[in-house]
Amino acid sequence: MFLETKGLTKRFGGNTAVNNVDFTVEQGKINAIIGPNGAGKSTFFNLISGFHPPTSGQVIFKGQDVTNMPANKIAELGVARTFQTTNLFEQSTVLDNVIVGHRLRTKSTLLDAIFRTHRLKTEEAICREKAMEVIEFTGLKHVMGKQVGSLSQEEKKRTAFALALATDPEIVFLDEPAAGINPDETEGLGELIKQIANKGITVCLIEHKMKMIMKLADKIMVLNYGEKIAEGTPDQIQNNPTVIKAYLGGSAIA
Amino acid sequence: MAKILKQRNIISLLILIAIVFPFLTKNEYFIHVMTLSFIWMIGVYGLNLLAGYTGYLSLAHAGFFAIGAYSLGILTVKSEMNFWLAFLLSLLITGILGFLIGLIALRTKEHFFAIYTLCVGYIIYLVIDKWDSLTEGVRGLIGIPAPGKVGPVNFEEPLSQYYLVLFFLLVTVLVVYRIIHSLSGRTYIAIRNSEDLALTIGISTMKNKLSVFVLSTIFAGLSGALYASFIRFIGPDIGQISVTFDLLTYLLVGGIGTLSGPIVGTVLIVWLSQELQFLQDYRMLIFGPVLTLLVIFYPSGIVGALTGWKHKRDEKRKPQVARASSMAFGKSQVTVEKPVKEG
Repeated sequence: MFLETKGLTKRFGGNTAVNNVDFTVEQGKINAIIGPNGAGKSTFFNLISGFHPPTSGQVIFKGQDVTNMPANKIAELGVARTFQTTNLFEQSTVLDNVIVGHRLRTKSTLLDAIFRTHRLKTEEAICREKAMEVIEFTGLKHVMGKQVGSLSQEEKKRTAFALALATDPEIVFLDEPAAGINPDETEGLGELIKQIANKGITVCLIEHKMKMIMKLADKIMVLNYGEKIAEGTPDQIQNNPTVIKAYLGGSAIA
Repeated sequence: MAKILKQRNIISLLILIAIVFPFLTKNEYFIHVMTLSFIWMIGVYGLNLLAGYTGYLSLAHAGFFAIGAYSLGILTVKSEMNFWLAFLLSLLITGILGFLIGLIALRTKEHFFAIYTLCVGYIIYLVIDKWDSLTEGVRGLIGIPAPGKVGPVNFEEPLSQYYLVLFFLLVTVLVVYRIIHSLSGRTYIAIRNSEDLALTIGISTMKNKLSVFVLSTIFAGLSGALYASFIRFIGPDIGQISVTFDLLTYLLVGGIGTLSGPIVGTVLIVWLSQELQFLQDYRMLIFGPVLTLLVIFYPSGIVGALTGWKHKRDEKRKPQVARASSMAFGKSQVTVEKPVKEG
């Protein structure tokens, strides 16, 4: 099993945000999590990526229990994520934003910086190369010298993707990648997500845009009030009466 | 490339001015004021590394400044240690205390960090003030020696002290410059930008924050040790919170999170306070409002405002440059671009 959660539960006070969720992510596929607002999707991401410790349950990545590992260690293992709001460094260029993404694969310290050692120079070159590679992959080459603050929402999303990819991940968690962008751009992003999966990087995303999800996902999990109510292929989900009742609302499937 | 050369030229020019300055004025008082400014700048650079580049506003830096100064004072006056050995040890002591304090302080964030360090700074001041047997309390430490001889050069004269302090300032600037333009610097800026994001890209935020905190306190300690050997007398009031706010003011006016901000801010304010001395404490009536306006309209200080303008200017120029280069690439683009050019 590539990544799985066993009985994952998170309570904030009396509120159970995620309740006893068993979920498996299939390697190399596009996995999606959907659910109404407040269903616990983002919390679920936060538990997996180590931002919140779960109240109970386990997260297992490639056979290793990562449940209470700090977020940066989990990232080192090859788990990357993006946030719902892109919190990039707006006053800095795309390239400068992305270069630091490969920092976790480097070893140079403060002393290397002060003495400008050989190691630092090589590692800087490696980071720059990696940044160029992911910038090209995400289609940002034409804006890489621009300040992030001056980019369009879609380009910012792509920059966030690039940053996540610069960490050399085996799996990326994308939290509402298509929120706040227009249909054309959504299609472009969908294409990019497919390319990421084709590269052999497992994708797991949260999204509200049903059309996009149904087209992209290989497998979908539906959360409602923190509980898993369904899991399956897009076809199975679209025809699942519980899901329709809880979320899609009658025959409103796009 | 031309830009780098230009920047290099400016830096060389500044260093040259700093070197010939004593020959230009001959006024010993001016040299004294300038030496003191250099000493403050080193401390401001320390603060800048932490508050400006990593996003953690420490209000304990006068405390670390005082720890550096008192370590040197006690080791040379009371233990009669060799000056340079004491000098190194005082940096080490400041760093170790910085490490221990950082270990706890860095568990807090933002305002809480500022308030926590404010308290730490005050406690350091109190310890110095009350621990009579070690620090001589309010009487202060008298007779701190000037920096010891290095080869044939002695540092008893104001002029040689000026150059010694200038040397340490240049080393400080070089170190900060190298850090900012390295992977470590990028890491710190990533932490300042968003600690959550930094964590998700695998940065060990605690380790990085701690290392920058320690380095920052060492700069404050260096500044303090130089101050002690320059003024030759220290009292507990150098650890007072007002000193921290002086450093912070220099940083804010010059430009927090900019490389030349500490120099610009310190020189400007120190000289301005000299010039406005006839106003006595009413100076603050001018400083207060000016500082407030600056923080509101130019939160990144004078240097930040200038680079902001420059950026905007470059952005305006860029489309033209891009057009020109795309024309050079291929004819097909020329036909596309032509109407734009006419319009």
